[in-house]
Amino acid sequence: MHVKLRGFVSLGIGAIVAAALLAAPASAADKVKIGFVTTLTTPAAVIGNDMKDAFDLAYEHIGGKMAGLDVEIIYEDDGFKPEIGKQKTDKLVKQDDVDFLTGYIWSHVLLASRKSALDAGKFLISANAGPSQLAGELCHKNFFSTSWQNDQTPMALGEVLNQRGVKSLYIMSPNYAAGKNMAAGVERTFKGEIKGKDMTKWGKDAQLDFSAELAKAKASGTDAIFVFYPGKAGGAFIKQYMQAGLNESIPLYTVYTVDALSLPKFQKAEMKGVLGSLATQFWSPDLDTPQNKKFVSAFLAKHGRYPSFYAAQSYDALFFIKSAVEAVGGDLSNMDGMRAAMEKADYPSVRGPYTYGNNHFPIQNFYLREATTDSEGRWTTKIIDTVYTNHQDVYAKDCKL
Amino acid sequence: MEWVLFVSQLLNGLQLGVLLFLLAAGLTLVFGIMDFVNLAHGSLYMMGAYFCVTLNPLLGSFPLAVLVAVVLTFILGIAVELVVSRHLYQRDHLDQVLATFGLILFFNGAVHLIWGPEGNPIALPEYLNGRFILPAGIEIPTFRVAIIATGLAVAAGLIWLVTMTRMGMLIRAGASNRRMAGALGVDIKKLFTLVFALGAAMAGLAGMMITPITEANIGMGDDILIVAFVVIIIGGIGSIRGAFIAALIVGMIDVMGRSYLDGFMKLFLDNQSAETASPALSAMAIYILMAGILYFRPRGLFPPRHR
Repeated sequence: MHVKLRGFVSLGIGAIVAAALLAAPASAADKVKIGFVTTLTTPAAVIGNDMKDAFDLAYEHIGGKMAGLDVEIIYEDDGFKPEIGKQKTDKLVKQDDVDFLTGYIWSHVLLASRKSALDAGKFLISANAGPSQLAGELCHKNFFSTSWQNDQTPMALGEVLNQRGVKSLYIMSPNYAAGKNMAAGVERTFKGEIKGKDMTKWGKDAQLDFSAELAKAKASGTDAIFVFYPGKAGGAFIKQYMQAGLNESIPLYTVYTVDALSLPKFQKAEMKGVLGSLATQFWSPDLDTPQNKKFVSAFLAKHGRYPSFYAAQSYDALFFIKSAVEAVGGDLSNMDGMRAAMEKADYPSVRGPYTYGNNHFPIQNFYLREATTDSEGRWTTKIIDTVYTNHQDVYAKDCKL
Repeated sequence: MEWVLFVSQLLNGLQLGVLLFLLAAGLTLVFGIMDFVNLAHGSLYMMGAYFCVTLNPLLGSFPLAVLVAVVLTFILGIAVELVVSRHLYQRDHLDQVLATFGLILFFNGAVHLIWGPEGNPIALPEYLNGRFILPAGIEIPTFRVAIIATGLAVAAGLIWLVTMTRMGMLIRAGASNRRMAGALGVDIKKLFTLVFALGAAMAGLAGMMITPITEANIGMGDDILIVAFVVIIIGGIGSIRGAFIAALIVGMIDVMGRSYLDGFMKLFLDNQSAETASPALSAMAIYILMAGILYFRPRGLFPPRHR
């Protein structure tokens, strides 16, 4: 009995040593592993594919290397569902042992996945979602954003409405984390009267028929309508807004609705009424920075379409990670060094230089963009004004970093 | 002004109701007559929409595209019946659910391969893109009037078919007691194929009608199928009349909930809570109704007789 037990123990120790020996070469940093969680199925795959195309393009542009190390990208599909996004994040953390997690279109997916990534000591970099919680009390030293905080863009739009003398507003937005932030954002800065507000069903079976809400908006006698409908709901909304003839009487102001993904579809459906509509954004394909020119022209050449803001943020995310890896000379165990580099935002962003606030959200400009046609007749957006210069989100003060 | 809004919302509810009817009619026939649970009914709705998306620019006329697409969906319905569902009538409901769920995955995958993941719009001709002006300044988009008219016409045609024709008599006989109908010499197999394809064509038509308002998307039918099931459960499985009335009720409840619930809830809740609670509650309203009906009338409002 005694002998047997000893045999077991030594066998066990042997196994552990062997495992450690086997694992040793894999844990040494011979490549940079990046997990990219986005939506690659459901109709929202249009967004995910645009992000993936941009991330792949950025990979080509850096020659597949950071500080001499090979870069490996693992894409995962969240299926537009928070629980799946969390599972995929867990898989990337535990099974693939990635060094960085990025992507994340949806605020509710990011909020669900946050803990899995951060508790495992990974860097989490949002390439789109900017929920208020992560900017405020849930901010984390290893979380960064290459996009914006949800409230900022609608806040800029509220300012535009004030400048244009709009007296009253009707708000429509989907009923989820980002939708609530967007409505809160425009309400924070808009000084006129809110005539009404509809929060519509969102998710996989989102509401797409807005006849009842449009009838209410019309009856409310409002000066303008504000909507936030990313993805397929945006196309449906604008179509119905025009079919109801409201484009002749009530101007429409949007955030994240009229973009490089929806405009070609509007063009295909010959919905000329959308041209001239105004939106706010931190970026536009015509923004005049060297990195943006390189990005937009290469994307156009490769895919034959304009990149969306989702694509721009994803393109930035890879260069952002590269700046961190190169700052520590490829020593991926030096988390503090990489974090310090990231906080400087010392990389060529398509939006031009910007800085990070204490909560690791960008302090950046916001522009007013107009839907228009380019020299080749393609529908796109053009910057017509700067609304905010170096704007910081309002939740930064709740962040303890 | 208040009642102008109310009438507009009534029309919106009617439009949603007839659309749901088009989808639910086929479902209730197939479920009621063949005792076949067809989860892939929503896929036929989607295929109809995609056929129309492709045909519309080719034929250059929306009504013509709809007509051809309806025929194509009818043929697709025949194919699905012959290849898949025919072999499942004798199996229990679980097998049917599994097989038709597989069909959903198949159709979604096929659409992804053929048309891609992005949504596909249908451009409406000028004469359908305008607005219909009723007395007292009530305006409704022409296309929504067209949906109401199409839906009501199909409903009338279906009720005529079921109540006045020999084929309808066979359908009703099949719904009441299919073994007896078979024993009396009715070719049940052929009847089933026909009913299945008819249901497919109506579902496809519903898909074509909604696409110019939203767009054709992968999985568009899966989302609305749940509501269609609610409709046929409320109406009584197998009953066309029940499906029609239940579809209108569900359409009205949905639209009215979205229109008036938040205002109503603000009477006794603060603004913030009302804004959060009312979308959730209006989304639940039809399910609450269904639960109530299942409690008081487990077989629905208008169950077919002699089952």
